[in-house]
Amino acid sequence: MTDTQYMAPQTLDEAVTAFAAGGEAARILAGGTDLLVQMGAGMVNPGVIVDVKKITELNSIEETADGGFVVGAAVAGAVLEEHPTFGKVWPGVLEGLNLIGSTQIQGRASLGGNLCNGSPAADGVPAMVAAGAVLTVQGPNGRRDIPVKDVPTGPGKTSLAPGEIAVCFTFPPRPAGSSDAYLRMIPRTEMDIAVVGVGVNLTMKDGVCTDASVGLGAVAPTVLLVEDAAKALIGSKLDAAALDAAAAACSAACNPIDDKRGTIAYRTKVAGVLLKRTAAIAAKRAAGV
Amino acid sequence: MSETTNKWIGQNTIRPDGAPKVTGSAAFAADTNMPGMIWGSVLRSPHAHARIKSIDTSKAEAHPGVKAVVTAADIVDFPVDTPFPLGIQDMRWMCRNVMAREKALFHGHPVAAVAATSEAIAAEACKLIEVDYEVLPHAIEIDDALAPDAPILHDFIEFEGKPSNIAGTLEHTKGDIEAGFAEADVIIERDFTTRPVHQGYIEPHACLVSVAADGKATIWSSSQGQFMVRAMTGLLTGIPQSDIRAIPAEIGGGFGGKTIVYLEPLATILSKKSGRPVKMVMTREEVMRASGPTSGSKSTIKIGAKKDGTITAAEGIYWLQAGGLPGSPIRGAVGCALAPYDIPNGRTFGYDVVSNRSKVAAYRAPGAPIGAFGIECVLDEIAEELGMDPLDLRLKNAAKEGTQAVHGPTYPLMGYVESLEAAKAHDHYKAPLGPNQGRGVASGFWFNAGGESSAQVNITEDGNVVVTTGHPDIGGSRAGIANICAELLGIDYRRVSVLIGDTATIGFSNLTGGSRVLFASSIVVTESTNNVIGTLCALAAKIWDIDPEAVIWEDGEARPAGANAGQFPPLTLEELAARANESGGPIGAGAQINTTGAEGGFGTHICDVEVDPELGTVQVLRYTVLQDVGRAVHPSYVEGQMQGGAVQAIGWALNEEYIYNKNGHVDNPGFLDYRMPVASDMPMIDTHIIEIPNPKHPQGVRGVGEVPLVPGLAAVRNAIHDAVGVRFNDLPMSPPVVLDALDMAEAAE
Amino acid sequence: MAKLHISTTINGEPTEYLCAPDETMLDVLRNGLGLTGSKEGCGSGDCGACSITMDGRLVCACLVLAAEAEGSEIETIEGIADGEALHPLQQKFLEMAALQCGICTPGMLVAAKSLLEQNPNPTETEVRYWLAGNLCRCTGYDKIIRAVMDTAADMRGAA
Repeated sequence: MTDTQYMAPQTLDEAVTAFAAGGEAARILAGGTDLLVQMGAGMVNPGVIVDVKKITELNSIEETADGGFVVGAAVAGAVLEEHPTFGKVWPGVLEGLNLIGSTQIQGRASLGGNLCNGSPAADGVPAMVAAGAVLTVQGPNGRRDIPVKDVPTGPGKTSLAPGEIAVCFTFPPRPAGSSDAYLRMIPRTEMDIAVVGVGVNLTMKDGVCTDASVGLGAVAPTVLLVEDAAKALIGSKLDAAALDAAAAACSAACNPIDDKRGTIAYRTKVAGVLLKRTAAIAAKRAAGV
Repeated sequence: MSETTNKWIGQNTIRPDGAPKVTGSAAFAADTNMPGMIWGSVLRSPHAHARIKSIDTSKAEAHPGVKAVVTAADIVDFPVDTPFPLGIQDMRWMCRNVMAREKALFHGHPVAAVAATSEAIAAEACKLIEVDYEVLPHAIEIDDALAPDAPILHDFIEFEGKPSNIAGTLEHTKGDIEAGFAEADVIIERDFTTRPVHQGYIEPHACLVSVAADGKATIWSSSQGQFMVRAMTGLLTGIPQSDIRAIPAEIGGGFGGKTIVYLEPLATILSKKSGRPVKMVMTREEVMRASGPTSGSKSTIKIGAKKDGTITAAEGIYWLQAGGLPGSPIRGAVGCALAPYDIPNGRTFGYDVVSNRSKVAAYRAPGAPIGAFGIECVLDEIAEELGMDPLDLRLKNAAKEGTQAVHGPTYPLMGYVESLEAAKAHDHYKAPLGPNQGRGVASGFWFNAGGESSAQVNITEDGNVVVTTGHPDIGGSRAGIANICAELLGIDYRRVSVLIGDTATIGFSNLTGGSRVLFASSIVVTESTNNVIGTLCALAAKIWDIDPEAVIWEDGEARPAGANAGQFPPLTLEELAARANESGGPIGAGAQINTTGAEGGFGTHICDVEVDPELGTVQVLRYTVLQDVGRAVHPSYVEGQMQGGAVQAIGWALNEEYIYNKNGHVDNPGFLDYRMPVASDMPMIDTHIIEIPNPKHPQGVRGVGEVPLVPGLAAVRNAIHDAVGVRFNDLPMSPPVVLDALDMAEAAE
Repeated sequence: MAKLHISTTINGEPTEYLCAPDETMLDVLRNGLGLTGSKEGCGSGDCGACSITMDGRLVCACLVLAAEAEGSEIETIEGIADGEALHPLQQKFLEMAALQCGICTPGMLVAAKSLLEQNPNPTETEVRYWLAGNLCRCTGYDKIIRAVMDTAADMRGAA
């Protein structure tokens, strides 16, 4: 007989207290699209489930005066899509989140849940890494910021300390001519876990790439920030040579496994292929803003 | 009955069970509840192969909330040395499949079951059952099961005098293939493999069983045959069939996978022991691990042809996985592989190989897709070698009326040639293709079945009709039956109610499967309805005081046959029904027939694909299914069978496969990683219905449901070859496989 | 472990139930409330047979805790028809044979209705991608997609 408890606190402080008190058996519930699957499979048996959907800060979307965004960690993908401007500024981040699962899943899944579940193949993460997004967490010892790229530490593991809850993501303002994109390789057209996922964020000025950042997912124990790929793009006109170099950097950064979703060789090759395609989309979008 | 004057046959009428299905009120097996109901849960083997030395259920039995426990000791034993066939199954294997007896033969094999007051308690109690296993080495793949040092699953199975995992063989021969190959100008021999796949029904197995204090059992279950459920449950529990009432719930997909029992015998014994109704529902994981998928296979195909395309000899050797107990569908593989062709010299040979995975169950034309795959691939290669259009190659060798098939029968009139000609003439075949796009064709055959069917047609006192038939409806057959009955009586089809009876309310009817439901039930419904019409005419004759021969039935009324018979105004069905007591009794008739005259079905598919050469992903752009259905009594549901089977074939060809880990456990027991086609993967599936009426059936019906799965594997594979120049001989053609082959082909250039 | 007392609205009717904290909405609908129209095909959010809407949002009931429905508006397949009057989607599914065994049909209809409320003029691709989370093994999707698009056209014409 399970002794699971459920609570839906109205404030972050209450949530932190309850979550910390629950220790290792406590779980945060946002969309539930990972937690309930794991509970159903017998992989986890929470002592207390802390539902964070009533806490304003975790569920709001704010455009800041300087053009950045603060997105609550529990905001569902479908809700983020309805925001009038977020998707125009960060289409890659949005499309990563809204590629997870199905329409039904997207009605619930959140950036916070996707990141904190710690899957190396998480669709919401590569574009956030490329975006330079920062996660704010709050725990028993207070509040702190963690760059998203430093959150995943291994399959199913994050750098959040015990009792810390993801609160919100801050997306920095960018200069004009910036945009991003996310592509993944899956065997079908929907409903699969990414075999490779690439997020590219870049700024174009007069046809030249003045800034770039590349996040690579599903090819290592954590999502990777591939600095060599970015370096290959920055200063270039995204010509074939630059793209080839960036693609090679992505392939080189791969440290994948053979599993039921893809082989090492396949993932390594596809990482390069997707980098080129994703960069092209990001560049086209960047030219349009 | 003339085609041009048909009022209902050929119409897309609204199915009688439609409204409950679109409003959520239709009762599927897991939807039914009874007062006092408790829940059953199954303890399953954690090992792929193990001897069961002892089972101690005492702790489970003592657990609060537990009401009953069952083990193999409660299941009737069928000794392995005495065959006991039941349909295409053998009870020796059924009794060992529903619960492991001497050995656990696959990971997930049921070892015990518990009934308790909640699902959670039942599952917990299962964990308290102590099983002493002697773990044995396991073999999953055919090669591993045939290796010289392979673990032998059953010491009672021998092949060529030695203990073996080859449980049986089947062969068809015609002519002299050595002579035939000697005459050939071109010979192509290739090896093929297919991975095991699951039928993929969305509804897991479920049942609710209530055994009364006097031992009489009532079973509601999701099954393709309530009479099979009654028979198997009776045999496995020792309860006489007359004490078992098996009621078919609405069924959420079967495709052959629900033509045997898994849960019903266990729930019956649990209910009997506990005195409570017991509900058992499989989880998706249990379905994938422990219900019967289809075989994986290996085959070697060799075909020889003359320069002008005439096939001189063809041979197919097949190895099919049976799972832990004998019974892979080698019959379908070796019987159907060469069936579309008029070949003077042919041989097919099949090996039934046991290995430590779940026992296979039928999957839509069982064995035939495997049989056809290699043949249709090699034909494609021969066509290319000879510079012939692949449809022309098939036309050159097409079976026709009078052809003697390699598997034995001589064909009556049928529409295989018509399917090829229609394919050639179809817009699809002429449509232009772009870069990385390709087109493939393939053909296929399935035996189709007749078999026992019962029906009852009763006229209600208010002059309407209730038809009871005996087969669960998995494709819309009730609509077709209503069409036929309404047509015969000449009344509005909405006045005909079609119900599916249970084992107590309708006579014996064989399984829903074999593409036979409409074929067989329409025969008995036709006979019953015609007898009812006879009764109605006799009643009118009595009322008019004329000879019954002088009465005809037309448009829902009895009429004098001609002016000589007398000037009487017609008597309608309603008027006669109101006067039924003047006929000596209620107006109704039934029929119970072992129907015959089912003739095989033939189809040809055209598939267009686009391959992404950098990712290896394959998109199906366009698909056309052309098939001789005899007579499309309800065209939309006929199209539905053609479309559904084609999409299952596409899934089998591209992404579906069972993946095993090194412990012999299924690594992808769910819909996330067992990748069936989703809506965004598919194009529209165009259909072209050909109607060459089956002369042996009152409405000309041929079975439709199974043929559509058969040609699809090769149609997709041949399309990929056309797109990128690579011939894949192993399924599935998933992206890493495709990309690897493209890279190798590029490196070779 | 005490049960939670939840007050919610289901298909327009105020509804209360007791549930364990770890029970799913699907469990409660099917076993607690007798609303068996939503089906369990997988229990892991991969098949869509349990689709419902929650505060207007299309979700899988197997991935929502029953406790989360406090104060929400839930709509299931049972709420789509208006008494005897079928919704145009339901009627069209029957007319166009967009169901065979019918097990995926409730989820398909809830999902399709949700689509047309958001996008009354979807393209074939948009319909297919919206319904990608609703598995069907019988129909190959063809007639389902046609039925949804035809209904959308009808509803636009009638508007």
